[in-house]
Amino acid sequence: MGKIFAVVLVIIALASAYPIISNKYAMPEDISTHGHLIDEQLHETMWEAGLSFLGAQLVLAYFVWVFTNRKAGSPLKTFPGGAKVMVIAAILFVGTEILALGVMGQKAWGSVYFTAPKPDALQVQAQAGQFAYYFRYPGADGKFGAIHPDKIDEGNQNYFGLDPANEVEARDDVVSGELVVPANREVQLLMHAKDVGHSFYVRELRIQQDFVPGLDLAIHFTATKVGKYEIICTQLCGLGHYNMKAYLNVMSPEDYDKWMKTQEAAQ
Amino acid sequence: MQETSVPQAHVHAPPEGFIRKHVFSLDHKVIGKQYYGLALVAVFLGMALSWLMRLHLVWPNAKVPGLELLSKVGAPGGVMTPEYYLSLLTMHGTLMVFFVLTNAPFAAFGNYFLPIQIGAEDMAFPRFNMMSFWVTFTAFLVLITAFIIPDGPPIAGWTSYAPLSAVGKDAGPGMQFGESLWGLSIALFCIGSLLGALNFIATTLDLRAKGMTLMRMPISTWAWFITSCIALLAFAVLLPACILLVLDRHAGTSFFIPAGLVVSDRLQPHSGGSPLLWQHLFWFFGHPEVYIAILPSMGIVSHILINSMRKPLLSAKVVIYSMMSIGFLSYMVWGHHMFVSGMNPMSSLAFSFPTLTITIPATVMTLIWLGSLYGADIQINSASLFALGFISMFVSGGVSGFFLAQPSIDIYLHGTYFVVGHFHLVMGVASLFGVFAGTYFWFPKMSGRMMNDNLGKLHFLITFIGAYCIFMPFHYLGLVGNVRRYSSFVDDFMGPDLMSLHKFITISALITGAAQFIFLFNLIYSRFKGAPASDNPWNATTLEWSIPSPPPWNNFGDKHPIVYHDPYQYGVRGNKGDFVMQDSPEQSIVSGD
Repeated sequence: MGKIFAVVLVIIALASAYPIISNKYAMPEDISTHGHLIDEQLHETMWEAGLSFLGAQLVLAYFVWVFTNRKAGSPLKTFPGGAKVMVIAAILFVGTEILALGVMGQKAWGSVYFTAPKPDALQVQAQAGQFAYYFRYPGADGKFGAIHPDKIDEGNQNYFGLDPANEVEARDDVVSGELVVPANREVQLLMHAKDVGHSFYVRELRIQQDFVPGLDLAIHFTATKVGKYEIICTQLCGLGHYNMKAYLNVMSPEDYDKWMKTQEAAQ
Repeated sequence: MQETSVPQAHVHAPPEGFIRKHVFSLDHKVIGKQYYGLALVAVFLGMALSWLMRLHLVWPNAKVPGLELLSKVGAPGGVMTPEYYLSLLTMHGTLMVFFVLTNAPFAAFGNYFLPIQIGAEDMAFPRFNMMSFWVTFTAFLVLITAFIIPDGPPIAGWTSYAPLSAVGKDAGPGMQFGESLWGLSIALFCIGSLLGALNFIATTLDLRAKGMTLMRMPISTWAWFITSCIALLAFAVLLPACILLVLDRHAGTSFFIPAGLVVSDRLQPHSGGSPLLWQHLFWFFGHPEVYIAILPSMGIVSHILINSMRKPLLSAKVVIYSMMSIGFLSYMVWGHHMFVSGMNPMSSLAFSFPTLTITIPATVMTLIWLGSLYGADIQINSASLFALGFISMFVSGGVSGFFLAQPSIDIYLHGTYFVVGHFHLVMGVASLFGVFAGTYFWFPKMSGRMMNDNLGKLHFLITFIGAYCIFMPFHYLGLVGNVRRYSSFVDDFMGPDLMSLHKFITISALITGAAQFIFLFNLIYSRFKGAPASDNPWNATTLEWSIPSPPPWNNFGDKHPIVYHDPYQYGVRGNKGDFVMQDSPEQSIVSGD
């Protein structure tokens, strides 16, 4: 049975690694300017984690194969070097890995969170509520009207609780169910939660950020490829959570301008 | 360190009558078995829920016969609704994390064997001990009551993030009374665990037999002791958090609810609270909880592995110090659950480094286990197989932690099945392998009968392969970006490829789950019909094997054991064979390399 265990373990280890090595389940194409840093980081980690995984499983299988059902009277042996070697190896190898990954990872993380958005970044406000997203553009005046939670009225399509009767800024705000952005221009997304926690996850953008009720956050990104991508909620938000999604529509700058003109005209 | 500590053995009369013997018993062994029984009920219930969820994920419109009986609203005509899926998700997580992974390796085995392994007659506070079980049992009843109330169980997940969990019925079905039951149940569970942890600590420090210095305690006892210290601090934070949550729900307070929220078209009458406060409190408990689940299994597995290898570990001390450093570090890393939560991005880096650092003691332990196997004379049986399987699972679940410890990668993986694969392997499966190993190993002591080894090996083989077939593919799904906590995948992104992977997982889960009935059968059958066990069937060295199987009510009879040796005198020439027991006054002679 010890030998069966060893064989099974080798098969499991190799079978587990195969889909990764053959890249059968690849990440979707990256369409952001920062995403390659994250992908490289993940790739690097995959090597280190993968080798540790295979190494440990194969050694375990080998030792179990060799050291079970030994002939009677075979002497017990101790691993050369004993515990000291193990402790030093763990500290050296893992310590180096931690330093390398930690330092590298800081760069990728920083590219998302520690850089300020460009002054000409397109500002869009995203509001997440059970179970839909709405996106708001400031309109020609470049200013958002204030949000009044008591004025939210989804029946009359006042999703943000705007007060155009009394506030000039709110009158030209453009509201859309789809996040439409021009390609290759930085977008600053101002994130507002209407009710409970939600999340903004676009796989292709390599961005995931929770909406926190009571705490408005901002993230920024630049999409580089025209196309439609899913925005999905990854924070458990209630019964319709599985169905909460919207689309990120990346357009060429010309198409974006056209789209914005039609929207403004419709307000 | 003092060579001996004076045992202040708790003396009480033998129990009389059925109630005192089997129900409200003060005997730590009975309480240990009660915890085990409760965990067994919870684990099969939790597993059944996971079956229902897995079925729904791949065949969302399938009629499950009998499901309507569980909930008419949640499964009209036997077809599960999306919100009922979330109810099952919540109950599965809560049952498994609290009532299985905390109860079985820690409370059940710890209660039964910690006093015996240190040569004590009972726990330091037997009445507290009885209370801790019955409070935990009440917590269980309160939790499963949520299944039968009209509103149904809560849908906020086992983490119960506020404000979804705090605003009450506006948040959806199950969030009215079901969520309050959840908060109450977990608060009770915290009280039970705190009493238990205090008891473990006091017992370990005060009731050790003569000669049982701290460093002569078996590794399993060390693991339970370290776990108690972790639990004491962790549950002490979750308890007030749950109380605040219940206050938000029923007393109109606003600890976790900010102003201006419009839920179900109603402006919520709250202001000033912070959803992130709940997350901080919850994960301050939640991360140490992972180690509360895994450390006892590390101890149990080390204990069994040494016996099966017939030689000591390369260094037991290093393993103990590693467990201590893991326990210490576990309090500095909770923020890694919150990288994308909206917390200051600077803190993410601060939480990332200690998280990565935990890899060092974890790697040290793994290398010690592996290195100790070298040159051993490994005895293969059900217990040792599960112990070896534990190492494999711990490695597999551990390496994926390397990804998630880095905020920059977590941005992509956080909401995906990658995380599900990671925590199920490392804290679920690995920890349960420790429990299985412990069961096969200690069953003879607990019942006086052996478990069937062939059935045990069959159970191991199916469970080992099955667990990999279930949880390894989760990582692939996560890499592609398949999101978790979804009752069905309505988006066009789900290609047929991913769906076939989901089907594979579901079928593996059904088979692996079914194999657990082999274990259950073995457990019940062996209890009554198993071959009689001797006092020391594994030729083991520690004190639990020096007394009859099953032990008398006061463990050591009228004797007070005296300890002469380190716990693991294997590979030596002793009077009885290649081992010398801890309480044997004979000199042990190392039989040489």
